[in-house]
Amino acid sequence: MLNLAVILFALGLIGLLTRRNLIFTLMSVEVMLNAAGLAFVAGSYQWGKPDGQVMFLFILAMAAAEVSVGLALLLQFHRREPTLDSDTASEMKG
Amino acid sequence: MQHLLWLIPAFPFTSAVVLALTGSRFSRRLIAWLGTASIALSALVAILTAAQFLQSPPVGNAWTQHLWVWMDVAGFRPEIAFYFDPVALVMVLVVTFVGFLIHLYSVEYMRDDDGFARFFAYMNLFVAAMLTLVLANNLLLLYLGWEGVGLCSFLLIGFWYREPANVRAANKAFLVTRVGDTAMAIGLFLIATQLQTLDIQELMRRANEQWPIGSGIAIAAAALLLGGAVGKSAQLPLQTWLPDAMAGPTPTSALIHAATMVTAGVYLIARTNALFILAPQVQLAVALIGGATMLLSACSAIAQRDLKRVLAYSTMSQIGYMFLALGLGAWSAALFHFMTHAFFKALLFLAAGVVIQAMHHDQDMFHMGGLRSKLPLAFWSFVIGGSALAGLPLITAGFFSKDLILWQAWAGPNGNGWFWIAGMMGATMTSFYTYRMILLVFYGPEKREISYKPGAAAAIPLCVLCVLSVLGGYVDTPPDFGGVPALSNFLNSVVPPLNEVHVGPITEIITALCASAAFAIGLGFAYFIYAPWRKIVPREDLLLRLWYSGWGVDWLYDHLFAAPFRFVVNRSASDVVDAIYTGLATLADRISLLLRVTQSGRIRLYATGVAAGSIVLFAVILFAR
Repeated sequence: MLNLAVILFALGLIGLLTRRNLIFTLMSVEVMLNAAGLAFVAGSYQWGKPDGQVMFLFILAMAAAEVSVGLALLLQFHRREPTLDSDTASEMKG
Repeated sequence: MQHLLWLIPAFPFTSAVVLALTGSRFSRRLIAWLGTASIALSALVAILTAAQFLQSPPVGNAWTQHLWVWMDVAGFRPEIAFYFDPVALVMVLVVTFVGFLIHLYSVEYMRDDDGFARFFAYMNLFVAAMLTLVLANNLLLLYLGWEGVGLCSFLLIGFWYREPANVRAANKAFLVTRVGDTAMAIGLFLIATQLQTLDIQELMRRANEQWPIGSGIAIAAAALLLGGAVGKSAQLPLQTWLPDAMAGPTPTSALIHAATMVTAGVYLIARTNALFILAPQVQLAVALIGGATMLLSACSAIAQRDLKRVLAYSTMSQIGYMFLALGLGAWSAALFHFMTHAFFKALLFLAAGVVIQAMHHDQDMFHMGGLRSKLPLAFWSFVIGGSALAGLPLITAGFFSKDLILWQAWAGPNGNGWFWIAGMMGATMTSFYTYRMILLVFYGPEKREISYKPGAAAAIPLCVLCVLSVLGGYVDTPPDFGGVPALSNFLNSVVPPLNEVHVGPITEIITALCASAAFAIGLGFAYFIYAPWRKIVPREDLLLRLWYSGWGVDWLYDHLFAAPFRFVVNRSASDVVDAIYTGLATLADRISLLLRVTQSGRIRLYATGVAAGSIVLFAVILFAR
């Protein structure tokens, strides 16, 4: 199960690094979060302790918050630029 | 009434605070009422107090009102306490009464100014500080008032702060007087440590007991106090700030830079007279400084073109007379001249304010002319005030006060012929520049249309001051012209009495005649050169230019003090210590240039960075143990 988590995390990371579409970026972040959650659950299963599952609940809540904020930002960005390419946002650099 | 002494400074102070905090929301009418009525109330209390004081002089000829103890540290226990004796009485009456008239005048002078409330707040604060200064029973409270008037002077010189020149003048006044104030502060430390008190009466008593005449410590204390007095009263060598102080509004010049604040130095020396009697060398220095300032600034007054600068130099010159009197030990003569000078110089400044407003705020006398029929009130004010300044014999106040000083210079035990000759030369020049001013401004061809006629609020103070400039002299007349030395006798309980002079009346009449002759010579020369029918062109030669610039003292100080200071500053701006810090700053700048490259704004690059960083961190944690 830990192996699956590692694979998922790697996939998410690769998606995050290679994809330019902002929706995919968000999805990749979600995948990585879930991979981390899976790792917690795996640990919890291994040692028979509930802490890992509690942690997963926290991660769920945080992922929901992150997605809502992320999507809101994305909408704002889309209104400004008719594209979802994350590199066009580089104009905002300081 | 002695329990109401505190009200005298409290009224203006309260009004100043109210105006400063909420004045901008009041209507102009209310501001004018508040600003003027506070001084009027203060003057009323002062008059009532003085009346009661004169009716039933208290034991010891002074009232003291203890309000509270300011601080109590290791035996050092200055109080907030007011001390009301004949000297304070004269000062308080002049400050409140002349102050009231000038406030009334300001209502009209400042009518269109945006800073109406601010102006009255500053002016009231000034009167409060000045009253604290003259009523203080100890030198520390006096110093509080001393710095307070300095602050108000600074604020009011720079009142129109949008002009850089005004701000420079304000800074100059503040810095130059600070030199003197520092000396005075050191003098206070010296007195406080040596005599364990700053209470003025007590410290003079102890100084008389502990310090022999001419001892080093007495000389040091007196000289340091003299330093403060010289700075505040614009005497040599700290006189350079006063002509530039004319950048302030004209009522300010009348109140602060002619009638009251600049005479604070005279008051200080008269107040601590015992210290100066213990140090005869310093007292001689007072006379020398006074005499020199009187002559040098009279010369400068002759060469000025700006109406207010003539009056400024004339103020310095007249304070020089007061210092001369102080140095000769004629304490009450100095205070007498202070009083008459406050009347006629305030009158001249206020009348000059009328002229300047009528001339579209142009102050150059050579642009004026023929104003006699256009501005009759200002003309008569100038004639009366100017004659008092020049000492028109037997009629005006200035004659009696100046004659008393000259008489003491001639016949007093400390006097000698040189002081008398200097005084006579000063009187001649005073008469000359006064009538030069009047002839230039009011006679000759008309050059411009006038743009202003004084209203009631400006006319009343002028009329009252005209009367005072004439009648003010009769409070103290010499033996052979009426012989009522009321003021001198009144002041004798506080300052040492005028030196009895045992010379026949012939000598006295001859000296008075000489003074009259000095007046007449000055008037004659002025008329000869600036007569109405002559074509007057401003003359330029080396001597006049030197006088015009105030003997080049500004230039001298600039090269003597400012230039070396600037040189050191410029050099030390790039020394080794500075190079280290500059180097650090440059280094940080370079590094930031490098780091800035990473701020590309590309999210994926950032994510890569985060991922790579995490991997490195994990690797370190896993393998580095």
